[in-house]
Parts: sequence; C-alpha cells; structure tokens
Amino acid sequence: MNFQNEVMVFIEQRDGKPADVSFELLCKGHKLAEAMNGKLKSVVIGAGVEEIAKETFRFGADETLLVDHPLLRNYRTLPYSRILNDIVKSRVPRIVLFGATVIGRDLAPRVASYTKSGLTADCTDLQISDVKYLNHEYPKLLLQIRPAFGGNIIATIITPDVPTQMATVREGVMELTPIEKPNEIKITRIEYKPDPVDELVQIIEQHRENNKVNLKAAPIIVAGGYGLSTKENFKLVEELAHTIGGEVAGSRAAVDAGFVTPDRQVGQTGVTVRPKLYIAVGISGAIQHRAGMQESNKIIAINTDPEAPIFEIAHYGIVGDAAEIIPVFIEAYKHKLK
Amino acid sequence: MFNSIVMVKQVPDTANISGKVMKDDGTVNRTKLPAIFNHEDRVALELALQVKEKYGGKVIAITMGPPRASDILRECLYMGTDETYLISDRKFAGADTLATSYVLSEVIKKIGGYDFIFAGRQAIDGDTAQVGPQTAEKLGIPQITYTEEILDVNKNKIKIKRKIDGGYEIVESTLPVLITVLKNVVSPRPFSSKRVMAFKNAKSVLDLEKLAEENSLLYTDKLIHEYKERNLLINTFTMDDLNLDIKRCGIAGSPTKVHKVESVILKGGNQIRVEPTKAGLNNLIEQLMTDHIFG
Repeated sequence: MNFQNEVMVFIEQRDGKPADVSFELLCKGHKLAEAMNGKLKSVVIGAGVEEIAKETFRFGADETLLVDHPLLRNYRTLPYSRILNDIVKSRVPRIVLFGATVIGRDLAPRVASYTKSGLTADCTDLQISDVKYLNHEYPKLLLQIRPAFGGNIIATIITPDVPTQMATVREGVMELTPIEKPNEIKITRIEYKPDPVDELVQIIEQHRENNKVNLKAAPIIVAGGYGLSTKENFKLVEELAHTIGGEVAGSRAAVDAGFVTPDRQVGQTGVTVRPKLYIAVGISGAIQHRAGMQESNKIIAINTDPEAPIFEIAHYGIVGDAAEIIPVFIEAYKHKLK
Repeated sequence: MFNSIVMVKQVPDTANISGKVMKDDGTVNRTKLPAIFNHEDRVALELALQVKEKYGGKVIAITMGPPRASDILRECLYMGTDETYLISDRKFAGADTLATSYVLSEVIKKIGGYDFIFAGRQAIDGDTAQVGPQTAEKLGIPQITYTEEILDVNKNKIKIKRKIDGGYEIVESTLPVLITVLKNVVSPRPFSSKRVMAFKNAKSVLDLEKLAEENSLLYTDKLIHEYKERNLLINTFTMDDLNLDIKRCGIAGSPTKVHKVESVILKGGNQIRVEPTKAGLNNLIEQLMTDHIFG
C-alpha cells in the first residue's frame, strides 16, 4: 500500500473564524502522528484565511496547505470536496480527520466516497495500535472508537486494507492544548481553479447567532434533568448556577420537557463539556448524557435515587431531594464565600 | 412535474439493545431485534410526497436490506408512494456506507429519470449520515444535507432552508440534487386506509419465489406477472439483476471493519457520599474551596 505517513486535519472556518474542534483535532493529530512517526498536516480553505493557517503551527502542524480564494469564503460542498478530493488523491495521507460538525459530516463522506477511503463517523477517541485482524498483522492502524446503537455499545472500527483512514470526531472530546514551542510556519499555497460544477449550489443567505451560550468554555456547569419534574424546580438549578458563577445546562430529557433551551443540552446529541465542576441535579445519568460530561474535573450528583447511574461517575454523591438540598447549598455557599 | 426517489432503511430498534444481539464479528444480529422504518427516512418520504402533491410527478421508494425490508416498502405504499424497489442479496450483506452507496447509486442510475433524491439525514442503527452524501458523490450530483424546509421548487431549481452550525442558511441548487432531511421537520402522514387495503398484499419477487417454493402449484414467473398486473409487485433487484463489481459490494467492498465491540462499563468507585445536611454541604463547599474550584 502506498501512502504518505501523515495525519491530515481539515481546518473548518465559519465567517473566517476557525472552529475549536479543528484545533482540538490538531492536538490529537499531533499525538497520533508521533505514535506513527509521521507528520501532521492541515488544510485550510477559505477567503483571506492565512491567519488561520498560521495558527495551526501552535497546535503542532508541520505543514499547512492553504487554498485561499474569494469564491471559497463560505463552506459549500462542491468546491470544498473537489479541493480535498484532489489533495487526498494526490498525496494519499494515512489519516484524515474532520470535526463531526454539520460541515464535517457533509464534507467527509463525499471525499471518502471519491477516494474510496474508509470513514468512521462521530468518533469519541482515536488511538494508534498494531492490530491483528483475521490472522493478518497490521502495524500502526488507527483505532476509531465511537458509541454505537444508541450509545449502548462502544465500537472500535478499523480500516485495514485501504491507504487512507478517515474519521469525523465529536466536538469537545479531544483536549485543546497548544504545544510548548510552536512549530516553524510552513504554508504551502494550493491554487484553486474555479469550475462551473462548483456553482451548482448557491448560498442565498446565512444566519448565525454569535452570542449563543458557550458551555464548552464554562468552568462551572449546573445541569438539571427530568428528575426535577417541573419548570419551577428547574429554577433552583438556575439559582444555584447564578450563585456559584456557573452556566445552566440540561439533559436531553430536560430539553424535551421544555425546562431549558436546546443550546444548553449536554450529551451525545448536545454539547460535550469538560468543566472544572459539573453539578448534575435530577439527572439519572444515561450513557448519552455521560458521554457529554464524564471528563469533567469534578462531578457532583444530586438525585433521589441512590441507584441512579450518575452516581457511578460522580466524585461527590448527594442522595436526596434537590428542592430541599439546593437552598441549603446556596445558603452554605453564601455564608462561606461572602 | 418532478420525480423523486426516496432512499429508506429498515433499522433495528436501537432503543433496546444488549450485547446478546451482536454477532462475534461485531455486526448486529438483526433477526433478534424488532425492525422499524427509520424515522428520518419516513420524514424524507413525507417531504417527497408533499412535493408531488404540490408540483406533480412520481415518488419511488428504494431500500437495500434483507427480504423482510419489503415491510417498510409496503408502508411507503400505504403513505402514497407510486413505485417501490427492494434491493436484496446475500452478497450485499455486511456493507458499510461506501459499499451501500455504491449499490444504491447503481440502482438509482438504472431507475433514472429523477429530479430529487430524498433520504433521512441518518439511520439510527449507525448514526453516520454518510450514505446520502456518498450516493450523491457517486452520481456526480450536488447534495443538500440537514434540510429543514423546502421553500420553493421551480423549473430546474430548488430553494431550501438548511441547518448549519449555530444557525441556518438558505441555498439554491440546480436539479437533480440529493436532499437529506432532519427529523421532525414535517410529520409523516398516517397510512391511508384505502391504500392499506389496496397494497397490504404487495410482494417482492423474493416473497413470490418463496411462495412458489412452498407450493408446487405456483410458478414464480406466473406469480410475478400476476402481481404486476394487479399493481402489487415490489420491484426487486438482486446481484444478478444489476451490473455490479462484486469487489465493491458487501463486506468485500467495505473498507471499515468492526474490530471490537464492548458493552459500556461504568467506571466510578471513588465516590464520596455527602450527607444532604447543612454540615455535609458545608464540608463539600470547603473541599471545593481547597481544590480552588470555588472562591
């Protein structure tokens, strides 16, 4: 099999701003590249995005391919996939990573199809390992780990027999830490040649809310679940969050019940968070929820049911009725920290 | 007039799955699970039917799966689909999204004459959202994923509102185009009782072959002819009916392999119980202050 021993990360930008997940992937890609003694490359596509390309070196990129053209300002499937198709086909990187965002999940399958590469969606972990599969030894394969079947099962997927292994990775699951000493900037410009095919789909208008909640950046999160029963009770969660300087979040059940808005949902279909402190109130701790918060530094669980699975991952467990416990908690906090 | 092909999938009901239904190779033993119509595909079908009602044309539903996947094609007929196709062969089994999209795209080329291809965003058994875009790529047509609403269709263009990260956008595409649809954007219509009566006996060629096998008085060819006459035939493609590269089908054509499957095990163990009393909570807050989380 012929391939370049390199990890390639697609750097996603929206309105000229890089997506966090792309830099998270660079951090992970840096480790993967080390484990396979390879290089870390990234691809930046957009209009006027050289600054983004420069930033990649803080996260371990050895080389960044830059495709910069006014027609590429906004993500569109056809031009972006055509560019990546050419890059992947001509360079044959060993691994290509995308964020499991709307853009990544639109783009990656198109490129995988064109290059006949294997693609695994929504990975929550990636590792390099020697693998024995059907009596063959495969050195340094990419283990693509993801929840499957509604989160009941964790599957490890491999792509043993094709040159390029592709994966999309969920936002927030890989740690974002710049490398100690940034790599030397090495940007390679690739010319974009417009093609009529690229214009088959036009963006008429675009709306993005920029002031939306950023749960991922919150050091403290207080999350409520369906166990709170009423919107009234959910207010206690808001009060507690307000008192201790945290953000309010909810489980999917709490969102479905209308206790909290969808942009504050933590879990497999919501946001993945890793705050310093996560307080789970009236959340039973289904696997889908835990997937979004179990990496939190400290977890406090408050639940009436001592058997609730949330207690299995909590550092501090309080069994009891939140409606009684939270006011006492708030009182004690105010007393201690006034 | 706009013709639509809707890609639908029968999926295991993943709400209740245990390790017992997994085979040793990591694939699902589907026979042990209740099989249901993937919800997002049903929403996609509803959108296609609405386009048909508004602008005229034809709706064709296709599915790839085991013979019993004809169940959901009957459901498509109950909702208003004009024609159905079952794509079924043991040689297609174990296909990942790449091999699946290869077979689907070849079938779609064979059917031809479409303006739109609709599909749900993703199926609940894999949640990959890959088959739609991969099929579009193989057909060499544009795609619009994460569709929330069809705003307008005219001559050779469609205008769609779609979700993007942190908002939405309105896009316009030339035809033909493949469209994947988010859940809950429209409510799928209930079955029409008239159509249930009309199509409850609809059968695929595989169903008819089985009938003929079980009854020496029946002949497959005759049955097919008869069911076709009565408009009750679910068109059926097997490997032999299609001009396919076998190396690109089923397990052989699937670059991704399931290496390992684990049931989720909770970690935990080091948990500290805090009494729900003032003293207990005081201690907890002090501990968090010591850890520099509070204060």
